[in-house]
Amino acid sequence: MAKVNKLSYEFLKGLWDQNPILKQILGMCPTLAVTVSVINGIAMALATTFVLVFSSFLISIIRKLIPNQVRIASFIVVIATFVTVVDYVMRALFPEMSKLLGPFIPLIVVNCIILGRAEGFASKNNPFRSLLDALGMGTGFLISLLVLSSIRELLSSGTILGFQILPKGTPQLLVMILPAGAFITLGLLFGAANLYTLVRERKEKEVIITKYINT
Amino acid sequence: MKLILIFLSSVLINNFVLSYFLGICPFIGVSNKISSAFSMGMAVTFVMTITSIVTWLVNHYILIPFHLEFLQTVSFILVIASLVQFVEMFIKKVSQPLYRALGIYLPLITTNCAIMGLALLISMKNYSFLEGIFFGLGGGIGFSIALILMASIREELDLADVPKPMQGAPITLIIAGCLALAFMGFAGMINV
Repeated sequence: MAKVNKLSYEFLKGLWDQNPILKQILGMCPTLAVTVSVINGIAMALATTFVLVFSSFLISIIRKLIPNQVRIASFIVVIATFVTVVDYVMRALFPEMSKLLGPFIPLIVVNCIILGRAEGFASKNNPFRSLLDALGMGTGFLISLLVLSSIRELLSSGTILGFQILPKGTPQLLVMILPAGAFITLGLLFGAANLYTLVRERKEKEVIITKYINT
Repeated sequence: MKLILIFLSSVLINNFVLSYFLGICPFIGVSNKISSAFSMGMAVTFVMTITSIVTWLVNHYILIPFHLEFLQTVSFILVIASLVQFVEMFIKKVSQPLYRALGIYLPLITTNCAIMGLALLISMKNYSFLEGIFFGLGGGIGFSIALILMASIREELDLADVPKPMQGAPITLIIAGCLALAFMGFAGMINV
Protein backbone atom coordinates (compact mmCIF):
# COMPACT_ATOMS: atom_id res chain seq x y z
CA MET A 1 0.00 0.00 0.00
CA ALA A 2 1.38 3.36 -1.03
CA LYS A 3 1.34 5.86 1.78
CA VAL A 4 0.24 8.84 -0.31
CA ASN A 5 -2.47 8.10 -2.83
CA LYS A 6 -2.53 9.64 -6.27
CA LEU A 7 -4.63 12.79 -6.44
CA SER A 8 -6.99 11.24 -8.96
CA TYR A 9 -7.57 8.29 -6.62
CA GLU A 10 -8.75 10.63 -3.85
CA PHE A 11 -11.64 11.51 -6.12
CA LEU A 12 -12.21 8.12 -7.75
CA LYS A 13 -12.23 6.02 -4.58
CA GLY A 14 -15.56 7.56 -3.56
CA LEU A 15 -17.24 6.31 -6.73
CA TRP A 16 -16.85 2.59 -6.12
CA ASP A 17 -13.98 1.37 -3.90
CA GLN A 18 -15.21 3.30 -0.87
CA ASN A 19 -18.66 4.25 -2.06
CA PRO A 20 -20.30 5.73 1.06
CA ILE A 21 -23.58 3.85 0.62
CA LEU A 22 -22.74 0.57 -1.09
CA LYS A 23 -19.39 -0.14 0.56
CA GLN A 24 -19.28 1.78 3.83
CA ILE A 25 -23.01 1.57 4.64
CA LEU A 26 -23.14 5.16 5.89
CA GLY A 27 -25.94 7.67 5.60
CA MET A 28 -28.75 5.13 5.40
CA CYS A 29 -31.58 7.30 6.69
CA PRO A 30 -31.75 9.90 3.90
CA THR A 31 -30.98 7.18 1.34
CA LEU A 32 -34.06 5.22 2.26
CA ALA A 33 -36.34 8.13 2.99
CA VAL A 34 -36.01 10.41 -0.01
CA THR A 35 -35.56 7.97 -2.91
CA VAL A 36 -39.27 7.79 -3.71
CA SER A 37 -38.60 9.63 -6.97
CA VAL A 38 -35.45 10.43 -8.95
CA ILE A 39 -35.80 14.18 -8.61
CA ASN A 40 -35.95 13.93 -4.80
CA GLY A 41 -32.87 11.73 -4.81
CA ILE A 42 -30.90 14.21 -6.92
CA ALA A 43 -31.95 17.16 -4.76
CA MET A 44 -30.95 15.32 -1.58
CA ALA A 45 -27.61 14.19 -3.02
CA LEU A 46 -26.75 17.69 -4.24
CA ALA A 47 -27.64 19.25 -0.89
CA THR A 48 -25.56 16.66 0.96
CA THR A 49 -22.63 17.07 -1.44
CA PHE A 50 -22.68 20.83 -0.98
CA VAL A 51 -22.45 20.45 2.80
CA LEU A 52 -19.86 17.68 2.51
CA VAL A 53 -17.55 19.65 0.18
CA PHE A 54 -17.68 22.93 2.05
CA SER A 55 -17.40 21.46 5.53
CA SER A 56 -14.53 19.14 4.53
CA PHE A 57 -12.68 22.05 2.94
CA LEU A 58 -13.19 24.38 5.89
CA ILE A 59 -12.36 21.74 8.49
CA SER A 60 -9.22 20.85 6.60
CA ILE A 61 -8.14 24.51 6.59
CA ILE A 62 -8.70 24.99 10.32
CA ARG A 63 -7.63 21.47 11.33
CA LYS A 64 -4.45 22.67 13.06
CA LEU A 65 -6.29 25.33 15.07
CA ILE A 66 -8.81 22.94 16.64
CA PRO A 67 -7.74 21.38 19.95
CA ASN A 68 -8.00 17.62 19.80
CA GLN A 69 -10.42 17.29 22.73
CA VAL A 70 -13.17 19.44 21.22
CA ARG A 71 -12.72 18.45 17.60
CA ILE A 72 -15.98 16.51 17.20
CA ALA A 73 -18.01 19.37 18.68
CA SER A 74 -16.27 21.87 16.41
CA PHE A 75 -16.87 19.68 13.35
CA ILE A 76 -20.56 19.47 14.20
CA VAL A 77 -20.85 23.25 14.50
CA VAL A 78 -19.15 23.74 11.11
CA ILE A 79 -21.42 21.14 9.52
CA ALA A 80 -24.55 22.53 11.14
CA THR A 81 -23.73 25.99 9.83
CA PHE A 82 -23.55 24.77 6.23
CA VAL A 83 -26.70 22.70 6.70
CA THR A 84 -28.55 25.83 7.84
CA VAL A 85 -27.31 27.64 4.71
CA VAL A 86 -28.59 24.84 2.46
CA ASP A 87 -31.88 24.62 4.33
CA TYR A 88 -32.65 28.33 3.96
CA VAL A 89 -31.46 28.53 0.35
CA MET A 90 -33.71 25.60 -0.56
CA ARG A 91 -36.66 27.10 1.29
CA ALA A 92 -36.22 30.32 -0.67
CA LEU A 93 -35.51 28.91 -4.13
CA PHE A 94 -37.29 25.53 -4.19
CA PRO A 95 -40.06 25.75 -1.58
CA GLU A 96 -41.89 22.70 -2.93
CA MET A 97 -38.81 20.47 -2.93
CA SER A 98 -37.96 21.67 0.56
CA LYS A 99 -41.45 20.72 1.75
CA LEU A 100 -41.19 17.27 0.14
CA LEU A 101 -37.87 16.48 1.78
CA GLY A 102 -39.22 17.80 5.09
CA PRO A 103 -36.97 17.20 8.08
CA PHE A 104 -34.36 15.41 5.99
CA ILE A 105 -32.62 18.62 4.90
CA PRO A 106 -31.83 19.75 8.47
CA LEU A 107 -31.05 16.10 9.25
CA ILE A 108 -28.04 16.26 6.91
CA VAL A 109 -26.27 17.48 10.04
CA VAL A 110 -26.35 13.98 11.54
CA ASN A 111 -25.55 12.22 8.27
CA CYS A 112 -22.67 9.96 9.22
CA ILE A 113 -20.97 10.38 5.83
CA ILE A 114 -20.14 14.00 6.56
CA LEU A 115 -18.88 13.57 10.10
CA GLY A 116 -17.09 10.41 8.98
CA ARG A 117 -15.17 12.24 6.24
CA ALA A 118 -14.44 15.17 8.56
CA GLU A 119 -13.01 12.91 11.25
CA GLY A 120 -11.47 10.27 9.00
CA PHE A 121 -10.06 12.38 6.18
CA ALA A 122 -10.34 16.18 6.35
CA SER A 123 -8.81 16.42 9.82
CA LYS A 124 -5.65 14.65 8.59
CA ASN A 125 -5.18 15.90 5.02
CA ASN A 126 -4.55 19.20 3.23
CA PRO A 127 -7.48 21.27 1.90
CA PHE A 128 -7.02 20.31 -1.76
CA ARG A 129 -7.05 16.58 -1.06
CA SER A 130 -10.03 16.96 1.25
CA LEU A 131 -11.88 18.84 -1.47
CA LEU A 132 -11.25 16.04 -3.97
CA ASP A 133 -12.20 13.40 -1.43
CA ALA A 134 -15.44 15.20 -0.55
CA LEU A 135 -16.34 15.64 -4.24
CA GLY A 136 -15.73 11.94 -4.86
CA MET A 137 -17.79 10.84 -1.86
CA GLY A 138 -20.58 13.22 -2.87
CA THR A 139 -20.59 11.82 -6.40
CA GLY A 140 -20.64 8.28 -5.05
CA PHE A 141 -23.60 9.20 -2.87
CA LEU A 142 -25.34 10.76 -5.88
CA ILE A 143 -24.78 7.63 -7.99
CA SER A 144 -26.19 5.33 -5.31
CA LEU A 145 -29.23 7.54 -4.78
CA LEU A 146 -29.78 7.75 -8.55
CA VAL A 147 -29.74 3.97 -8.95
CA LEU A 148 -32.02 3.36 -5.98
CA SER A 149 -34.50 6.11 -6.83
CA SER A 150 -34.64 5.09 -10.53
CA ILE A 151 -35.55 1.54 -9.57
CA ARG A 152 -38.19 2.70 -7.13
CA GLU A 153 -39.75 5.32 -9.41
CA LEU A 154 -39.72 3.01 -12.43
CA LEU A 155 -41.45 0.16 -10.61
CA SER A 156 -43.92 2.29 -8.68
CA SER A 157 -45.18 4.58 -11.44
CA GLY A 158 -43.43 3.49 -14.64
CA THR A 159 -41.65 6.84 -15.01
CA ILE A 160 -38.17 8.26 -14.55
CA LEU A 161 -37.95 11.99 -13.79
CA GLY A 162 -41.63 12.16 -14.76
CA PHE A 163 -41.10 10.71 -18.27
CA GLN A 164 -43.10 7.61 -19.11
CA ILE A 165 -40.66 4.71 -19.63
CA LEU A 166 -42.72 1.55 -19.16
CA PRO A 167 -45.77 1.23 -21.46
CA LYS A 168 -48.99 2.47 -19.91
CA GLY A 169 -51.00 -0.28 -18.27
CA THR A 170 -47.97 -2.03 -16.81
CA PRO A 171 -48.97 -3.05 -13.29
CA GLN A 172 -47.63 -0.52 -10.81
CA LEU A 173 -46.03 -1.75 -7.63
CA LEU A 174 -47.42 0.45 -4.91
CA VAL A 175 -45.12 -1.19 -2.39
CA MET A 176 -42.09 0.53 -3.96
CA ILE A 177 -43.09 3.97 -2.67
CA LEU A 178 -43.81 2.56 0.78
CA PRO A 179 -41.04 2.10 3.39
CA ALA A 180 -41.01 -1.66 2.82
CA GLY A 181 -40.07 -1.18 -0.84
CA ALA A 182 -37.17 1.07 0.15
CA PHE A 183 -35.73 -1.49 2.57
CA ILE A 184 -36.05 -4.42 0.21
CA THR A 185 -34.68 -2.60 -2.87
CA LEU A 186 -31.66 -1.33 -0.94
CA GLY A 187 -31.09 -4.81 0.51
CA LEU A 188 -31.06 -6.35 -2.94
CA LEU A 189 -28.82 -3.55 -4.23
CA PHE A 190 -26.31 -4.27 -1.43
CA GLY A 191 -26.49 -7.95 -2.32
CA ALA A 192 -25.76 -7.18 -5.97
CA ALA A 193 -22.80 -4.94 -5.04
CA ASN A 194 -21.37 -7.67 -2.78
CA LEU A 195 -21.88 -10.31 -5.46
CA TYR A 196 -20.00 -8.16 -8.00
CA THR A 197 -17.12 -7.64 -5.58
CA LEU A 198 -16.93 -11.35 -4.75
CA VAL A 199 -16.93 -12.39 -8.42
CA ARG A 200 -14.27 -9.81 -9.28
CA GLU A 201 -12.03 -10.94 -6.42
CA ARG A 202 -12.36 -14.56 -7.50
CA LYS A 203 -11.43 -13.66 -11.09
CA GLU A 204 -8.38 -11.72 -9.92
CA LYS A 205 -7.28 -14.72 -7.86
CA GLU A 206 -7.75 -17.05 -10.83
CA VAL A 207 -5.59 -14.78 -13.00
CA ILE A 208 -2.81 -14.87 -10.40
CA ILE A 209 -3.08 -18.66 -10.05
CA THR A 210 -3.00 -19.31 -13.83
CA LYS A 211 0.00 -16.99 -14.14
CA TYR A 212 1.74 -18.95 -11.38
CA ILE A 213 0.96 -22.30 -13.00
CA ASN A 214 2.15 -21.17 -16.44
CA THR A 215 5.52 -19.90 -15.24
CA MET B 1 -57.31 11.44 24.45
CA LYS B 2 -55.19 13.23 21.89
CA LEU B 3 -52.11 12.43 23.96
CA ILE B 4 -52.88 8.71 23.86
CA LEU B 5 -53.41 8.90 20.11
CA ILE B 6 -50.08 10.66 19.58
CA PHE B 7 -48.36 8.11 21.81
CA LEU B 8 -49.87 5.09 20.05
CA SER B 9 -49.30 6.46 16.59
CA SER B 10 -45.63 7.16 17.27
CA VAL B 11 -45.16 3.67 18.71
CA LEU B 12 -46.90 1.67 16.00
CA ILE B 13 -48.11 3.56 12.95
CA ASN B 14 -45.48 6.20 12.43
CA ASN B 15 -42.73 4.04 13.85
CA PHE B 16 -39.49 6.03 13.74
CA VAL B 17 -37.44 3.28 12.17
CA LEU B 18 -39.92 1.55 9.93
CA SER B 19 -41.86 4.47 8.52
CA TYR B 20 -39.82 7.66 9.11
CA PHE B 21 -36.45 5.98 8.39
CA LEU B 22 -34.80 7.61 11.38
CA GLY B 23 -32.10 5.83 13.33
CA ILE B 24 -31.25 3.23 10.70
CA CYS B 25 -27.55 3.12 11.60
CA PRO B 26 -28.01 1.73 15.13
CA PHE B 27 -30.90 -0.35 13.81
CA ILE B 28 -28.48 -2.22 11.55
CA GLY B 29 -25.41 -1.90 13.76
CA VAL B 30 -26.70 -2.86 17.22
CA SER B 31 -29.26 -5.50 16.31
CA ASN B 32 -27.00 -8.55 16.65
CA LYS B 33 -28.02 -9.57 20.14
CA ILE B 34 -31.27 -9.13 22.05
CA SER B 35 -29.49 -7.98 25.20
CA SER B 36 -27.60 -5.16 23.51
CA ALA B 37 -30.67 -4.21 21.48
CA PHE B 38 -32.60 -3.90 24.72
CA SER B 39 -29.99 -1.66 26.32
CA MET B 40 -29.73 0.52 23.23
CA GLY B 41 -33.52 0.83 23.11
CA MET B 42 -33.63 1.87 26.75
CA ALA B 43 -30.89 4.45 26.25
CA VAL B 44 -32.60 5.90 23.18
CA THR B 45 -36.02 6.06 24.86
CA PHE B 46 -34.48 7.80 27.86
CA VAL B 47 -32.60 10.38 25.79
CA MET B 48 -35.54 10.93 23.42
CA THR B 49 -37.91 11.78 26.26
CA ILE B 50 -35.46 14.25 27.79
CA THR B 51 -34.62 15.71 24.37
CA SER B 52 -38.27 16.38 23.61
CA ILE B 53 -38.54 18.33 26.86
CA VAL B 54 -35.33 20.34 26.52
CA THR B 55 -35.57 21.17 22.82
CA TRP B 56 -39.18 22.27 23.25
CA LEU B 57 -38.13 24.65 26.01
CA VAL B 58 -35.16 25.94 23.99
CA ASN B 59 -37.35 26.43 20.94
CA HIS B 60 -40.23 28.19 22.69
CA TYR B 61 -38.38 30.23 25.31
CA ILE B 62 -35.13 31.13 23.55
CA LEU B 63 -35.31 30.76 19.76
CA ILE B 64 -38.84 31.99 19.01
CA PRO B 65 -38.99 35.02 21.39
CA PHE B 66 -35.65 36.30 20.08
CA HIS B 67 -36.43 35.47 16.42
CA LEU B 68 -33.47 33.12 16.13
CA GLU B 69 -35.27 30.32 14.29
CA PHE B 70 -32.43 30.10 11.78
CA LEU B 71 -30.20 28.82 14.57
CA GLN B 72 -32.53 25.86 15.13
CA THR B 73 -30.33 23.20 13.50
CA VAL B 74 -27.15 24.40 15.20
CA SER B 75 -28.71 24.82 18.62
CA PHE B 76 -30.61 21.52 18.55
CA ILE B 77 -27.54 19.49 17.69
CA LEU B 78 -25.49 21.24 20.39
CA VAL B 79 -28.26 20.76 22.95
CA ILE B 80 -28.49 17.06 22.07
CA ALA B 81 -24.72 16.53 22.16
CA SER B 82 -24.33 18.22 25.53
CA LEU B 83 -27.47 16.53 26.87
CA VAL B 84 -26.10 13.10 26.01
CA GLN B 85 -22.81 13.97 27.72
CA PHE B 86 -24.68 15.24 30.77
CA VAL B 87 -26.93 12.18 30.97
CA GLU B 88 -23.86 9.98 30.74
CA MET B 89 -22.15 11.76 33.65
CA PHE B 90 -25.36 11.76 35.69
CA ILE B 91 -25.96 8.03 35.24
CA LYS B 92 -22.33 7.29 36.06
CA LYS B 93 -22.67 9.12 39.39
CA VAL B 94 -26.12 7.83 40.34
CA SER B 95 -26.29 4.23 39.21
CA GLN B 96 -23.27 2.12 38.34
CA PRO B 97 -25.27 -0.92 37.09
CA LEU B 98 -27.33 1.28 34.78
CA TYR B 99 -24.14 2.95 33.55
CA ARG B 100 -22.58 -0.41 32.77
CA ALA B 101 -25.69 -1.43 30.85
CA LEU B 102 -26.09 1.78 28.82
CA GLY B 103 -22.58 3.23 28.97
CA ILE B 104 -21.15 2.38 25.57
CA TYR B 105 -24.40 3.17 23.77
CA LEU B 106 -24.80 6.72 25.04
CA PRO B 107 -22.05 8.40 22.95
CA LEU B 108 -23.44 6.68 19.83
CA ILE B 109 -26.78 8.37 20.40
CA THR B 110 -25.45 11.85 19.57
CA THR B 111 -25.29 11.02 15.88
CA ASN B 112 -28.50 8.99 15.93
CA CYS B 113 -30.79 10.85 13.57
CA ALA B 114 -33.88 9.65 15.44
CA ILE B 115 -33.09 12.08 18.26
CA MET B 116 -32.43 15.06 15.98
CA GLY B 117 -35.42 14.06 13.84
CA LEU B 118 -37.63 13.98 16.91
CA ALA B 119 -36.66 17.52 17.88
CA LEU B 120 -37.28 18.78 14.34
CA LEU B 121 -40.59 16.93 13.94
CA ILE B 122 -41.91 18.33 17.22
CA SER B 123 -41.15 21.85 16.08
CA MET B 124 -42.55 21.22 12.56
CA LYS B 125 -45.80 19.73 13.83
CA ASN B 126 -46.24 22.51 16.40
CA TYR B 127 -46.84 20.06 19.22
CA SER B 128 -47.57 21.45 22.67
CA PHE B 129 -45.24 20.67 25.57
CA LEU B 130 -47.14 17.57 26.76
CA GLU B 131 -47.79 16.31 23.23
CA GLY B 132 -44.07 16.60 22.56
CA ILE B 133 -43.21 14.47 25.59
CA PHE B 134 -45.66 11.76 24.62
CA PHE B 135 -44.42 11.85 21.04
CA GLY B 136 -40.82 11.46 22.26
CA LEU B 137 -41.64 8.66 24.68
CA GLY B 138 -43.71 6.83 22.07
CA GLY B 139 -41.00 7.27 19.46
CA GLY B 140 -38.42 5.81 21.83
CA ILE B 141 -40.59 2.82 22.68
CA GLY B 142 -41.38 2.26 19.01
CA PHE B 143 -37.66 2.36 18.24
CA SER B 144 -36.97 -0.18 20.99
CA ILE B 145 -39.72 -2.50 19.74
CA ALA B 146 -38.35 -2.43 16.19
CA LEU B 147 -34.78 -2.95 17.42
CA ILE B 148 -35.66 -5.86 19.71
CA LEU B 149 -37.82 -7.55 17.04
CA MET B 150 -34.94 -7.24 14.59
CA ALA B 151 -32.42 -8.60 17.10
CA SER B 152 -34.56 -11.64 17.88
CA ILE B 153 -34.94 -12.39 14.17
CA ARG B 154 -31.22 -11.99 13.59
CA GLU B 155 -30.35 -14.36 16.43
CA GLU B 156 -32.41 -17.03 14.66
CA LEU B 157 -30.85 -16.04 11.37
CA ASP B 158 -27.43 -17.25 12.52
CA LEU B 159 -28.68 -20.79 11.95
CA ALA B 160 -30.05 -20.06 8.49
CA ASP B 161 -28.11 -20.66 5.29
CA VAL B 162 -27.94 -17.17 3.79
CA PRO B 163 -26.16 -16.82 0.40
CA LYS B 164 -22.75 -15.24 0.90
CA PRO B 165 -23.33 -11.91 -0.90
CA MET B 166 -26.53 -11.38 1.10
CA GLN B 167 -24.99 -11.89 4.53
CA GLY B 168 -24.88 -9.00 6.98
CA ALA B 169 -26.44 -5.70 5.97
CA PRO B 170 -28.36 -6.84 2.84
CA ILE B 171 -30.40 -9.53 4.58
CA THR B 172 -30.98 -7.21 7.54
CA LEU B 173 -32.48 -4.61 5.22
CA ILE B 174 -34.73 -7.16 3.58
CA ILE B 175 -35.98 -8.34 6.98
CA ALA B 176 -36.56 -4.69 7.88
CA GLY B 177 -38.67 -4.44 4.73
CA CYS B 178 -40.79 -7.38 5.84
CA LEU B 179 -41.16 -5.82 9.30
CA ALA B 180 -42.24 -2.55 7.68
CA LEU B 181 -44.86 -4.47 5.69
CA ALA B 182 -46.12 -6.06 8.89
CA PHE B 183 -46.26 -2.70 10.67
CA MET B 184 -48.34 -1.30 7.81
CA GLY B 185 -51.13 -3.45 9.19
CA PHE B 186 -51.45 -0.96 12.03
CA ALA B 187 -52.00 1.90 9.64
CA GLY B 188 -55.79 1.73 9.56
CA MET B 189 -56.07 1.63 13.34
CA ILE B 190 -56.11 5.35 14.12
CA ASN B 191 -56.37 8.42 11.92
CA VAL B 192 -53.98 11.10 13.07
